[in-house]
Amino acid sequence: MQTKAFQKIYTKITKLSKATCSLNASGIGNEELAFVDGRSAQVIKIDKDEVTLQIFKGTEGIRTDAEVIFTGNPPILKVSDQLAGRFFNSYGEPIDGGPEIEGEEREIGGPSVNPVRRKQPSELIKTGIAGIDLNNTLVTGQKIPFFADPDQPYNQVMANVALRADSDKIILGGMGLSNDDYLYYKNLFDNAGALEKIVCFVNTTEDPPIERLLVPDMALTAAEYFAVNKNEKVLVLLTDMTLYADALAIVSNKMDQIPSKDSMPGSLYSDLAKIYEKAVQFPSGGSITIIAVTTLSGGDITHAIPDNTGYITEGQLFLRKDSDINKVIVDPFRSLSRLKQLVIGKKTRLDHPQVMNAAVRLYADAANAKTKRDNGFDLTDYDERTIKFSLDYSNELLAIDINIDVDKMLDTAWELFAKYFTKAEVAIKKDIMDKYWRGK
Amino acid sequence: MVKGKVVGIISNLITIEVDGPVSQNEICFIEHNKEKLMAEVIKISGNLAFAQVFESSRGLKIGLEVEFSGHMLEVDLGPGLLSKNLDGLQNDLDKKEGVFLKRGEYTHALDLDKKFDFISSAKKGDEVHSGDWLGYVTENWIEHKIMVPFKLEGRWKVKEIVKNGNYKITDKIAVLVNDNGDEETITMIQKWPIKVAVKAYKEKPRPFKIMETGVRIIDTFNPMAEGGTGFIPGPFGCGKTVLQHAISKNAEADLIIFAACGERANEVVEIFKEFPELIDPRTGRKLIERTTIICNTSNMPVAAREASVYTAMTIAEYYRAMGLRVLMLADSTSRWAQALREMSNRMEELPGPDAFPMDLPAIISNFYSRAGMVYLNNGKIGSITFIGTVSPAGGNLKEPVTESTKKAARCFYALSQQRSDSKRYPAVDPIDSYSKYLEYPEVQEYLTKNVGDNWVDNVLNAKNWLLRGKEAFDQINILGDDGVPVDYHITYWKSETIDFVLMQQDAFDKIDSITPFKRQKYMLDLILMICETNFNFESFEKVPPYFKRIINILKQMNYSEFKQDNFYNFENELKEVIKERSVQ
Repeated sequence: MQTKAFQKIYTKITKLSKATCSLNASGIGNEELAFVDGRSAQVIKIDKDEVTLQIFKGTEGIRTDAEVIFTGNPPILKVSDQLAGRFFNSYGEPIDGGPEIEGEEREIGGPSVNPVRRKQPSELIKTGIAGIDLNNTLVTGQKIPFFADPDQPYNQVMANVALRADSDKIILGGMGLSNDDYLYYKNLFDNAGALEKIVCFVNTTEDPPIERLLVPDMALTAAEYFAVNKNEKVLVLLTDMTLYADALAIVSNKMDQIPSKDSMPGSLYSDLAKIYEKAVQFPSGGSITIIAVTTLSGGDITHAIPDNTGYITEGQLFLRKDSDINKVIVDPFRSLSRLKQLVIGKKTRLDHPQVMNAAVRLYADAANAKTKRDNGFDLTDYDERTIKFSLDYSNELLAIDINIDVDKMLDTAWELFAKYFTKAEVAIKKDIMDKYWRGK
Repeated sequence: MVKGKVVGIISNLITIEVDGPVSQNEICFIEHNKEKLMAEVIKISGNLAFAQVFESSRGLKIGLEVEFSGHMLEVDLGPGLLSKNLDGLQNDLDKKEGVFLKRGEYTHALDLDKKFDFISSAKKGDEVHSGDWLGYVTENWIEHKIMVPFKLEGRWKVKEIVKNGNYKITDKIAVLVNDNGDEETITMIQKWPIKVAVKAYKEKPRPFKIMETGVRIIDTFNPMAEGGTGFIPGPFGCGKTVLQHAISKNAEADLIIFAACGERANEVVEIFKEFPELIDPRTGRKLIERTTIICNTSNMPVAAREASVYTAMTIAEYYRAMGLRVLMLADSTSRWAQALREMSNRMEELPGPDAFPMDLPAIISNFYSRAGMVYLNNGKIGSITFIGTVSPAGGNLKEPVTESTKKAARCFYALSQQRSDSKRYPAVDPIDSYSKYLEYPEVQEYLTKNVGDNWVDNVLNAKNWLLRGKEAFDQINILGDDGVPVDYHITYWKSETIDFVLMQQDAFDKIDSITPFKRQKYMLDLILMICETNFNFESFEKVPPYFKRIINILKQMNYSEFKQDNFYNFENELKEVIKERSVQ
């Protein structure tokens, strides 16, 4: 980093901890970016003359006489069309060997959209996966995470969704991505011939964890550029937000803050909301849709990270291995897309809402029947039929390897209804039943 | 004016060295690059004031000038608040420029140039007290009373009052004088500090009326009183917001004050879009005409989120003083509690349970106590009915916000994950939920008079069927389908009928989403008749298909226009089906 004339330089650090250092300095702004011995750092606390900096790379080997340079700015990203097709680190510096980006300097983590200037999301995002399109339809401007255990193929599903969705740009924010997963994404985008609409900000497991805190803001600043200035439909992928929250906990711990539930900082909800609420449908046609990954430990969604996330996002997609069919499915019980009401039955066929609900209800009956069977009780004829239905439903609709359009999904559901049930058992509004019922 | 200088910054907590007296909760402005950022003093120690800034603190520096305003956080009250979209500090969001919110841009909630036709009701020489009506203007369709400001203490006399006519809201309406000869010029606007309850009324009786919401699981089973309090806790995805929106659309209230506190922006956008289109079934006017939205979404500054519920409550109190029935909804009070926690944490206070501040229960009960029905000075009735949602961490109802709220609110609408998973909406738990108002003798009397003679007994009877059904279900699960008498299955399916037809309701269906009391009574009577009927089954396997037929017909009735041909056709079909298996 070259020094510039207006920058302030100090060489006397008074305190050092694992992730922070303090020194006496004046005229420094809150959240200003600085360099300590060449490492990026940010102002997190000012007490009279004493300024405390959080050093993203950690403080190992830093001497008390190290050079501290204040830039006079919060972290920035240079935005222009040149971002497209490029790979960057957490600071927005190219890591693909290409040239530096030229463009307008923008502060990352900028202001919120005025709620009255938002438009209500109304455009369906087609993914071909029935567990999503049929039961948990996605809409542009939505924010939704995958809740998945670390062994589930969430990165693959997310990549599929991204490539099948009709979007102008895909921006990947990778936090604590393993090098293998990073290369997976890189190759996949390359092979799909979609490279020119991809922008990646990547912090791999080889990089220091605190650096991750910059990744979502970098990705979303780039997204806002394309959505606002270029009126493009932007899809932002954030993986893995659990590792992001872990980094928040490390910093808050170093600042002696009192932890709340699960050792997470008390401000976790606000911190996550600031990121996810960047998802928006602009009246001008541009939109930012956020699809994230929150890894769970042992499927526990009551942990503070998934719990706070669930309250912020517009639903969640829950991946689960279904041992009956030996495939990963999108769990119809725990998954939810809150914005689906805006499109189902309106942008899709009229029978969509009722078919969706009836199928899930019958699937729930099957789950009860299975419990009964596991407890050693006799099954009724109805129980037997629901179990058979649930197998077909899992295989033909819930499994993540499905790729069909919405009408086909609805037709498939009607076929399954007619195959196993009577009209009264399916219990759908009469006029819709009259039109679509395929049985006797 | 007292001034100060910034000496410390941690996130949105600013330490200010002051040169004179300051008060707790005083508002101050930090000057930065020609922006003035609003902040509120939350702690004072020596000559240091600790303030929470209502904006991002990015770029703030040591040494910045601070001006103290001399008053607490106040809102402007006057004609023109209805149909507005305000933020937590009462800025008019529609007046703000640009797509993104600009830091330090404050816009007035009222349209200061707007003129209203004033019609006086007080005369020169009248003796008046704070909250008394001097006259009214017409706002949308309500008579918006111009009142003696709440701040005026003691006895006043009307010295001057203007003629009926067209005035700006800043024009002089009246001059009042008190016994000491102090004069006060009255306009249509008055100010009030949001954290102080308005007490300009004669007395606060126990609620004795029921507020119809059109939601069966509330009206029939856990009724809400006019001037009552209730809360809706539930894990995410259980339909808290959908239920609250349903209540706001159909409730029998004159005005709705909706505080979207720290929740999703898209949910507020839904209200922005729907309310101007939806018709209020009672007045035939647009819903937005009777609604004020206070919107501080989760990505807007945390300190303003804390203020937003108070801003909303103060506006509700203002309209209550006009003798109106106000319904206030807050989604979600947990976000407000979290805002308190974040601040308490930054001030390094010793934490209570889950790191919430120790005085959280007191703050919550204090807030809920501002709701209620009141007799105004002139004997008229006004009310604030308050329903808040709570978002318990991990869906666990044993957390501090839920527990504190349970002590303060009289109705408890517990949303259950299990019901939500099986798509039984609204997912209000039939067994755990309660309304204390159903036990009030004055409420029982009201229901008997207005709904029907045996109404309360019938409701309790239906609740008992639900409990018996649950017990039967547990037995069936333990002993197996054929291990219990067939009666157990019948009891269980009778309770399922109540559940499917009365408790579950389709919030997205035009007809089913609103059920007036008359219709609720008709359906409850019909279903209790089924519950009291003895059925004959040769084996347990015949029970579920038979009752599914009954439920299906009853649901079709719910989807049909009340007492129209279709409705009666289904009812006749139902009677035929019942005949098949009923025994005397």
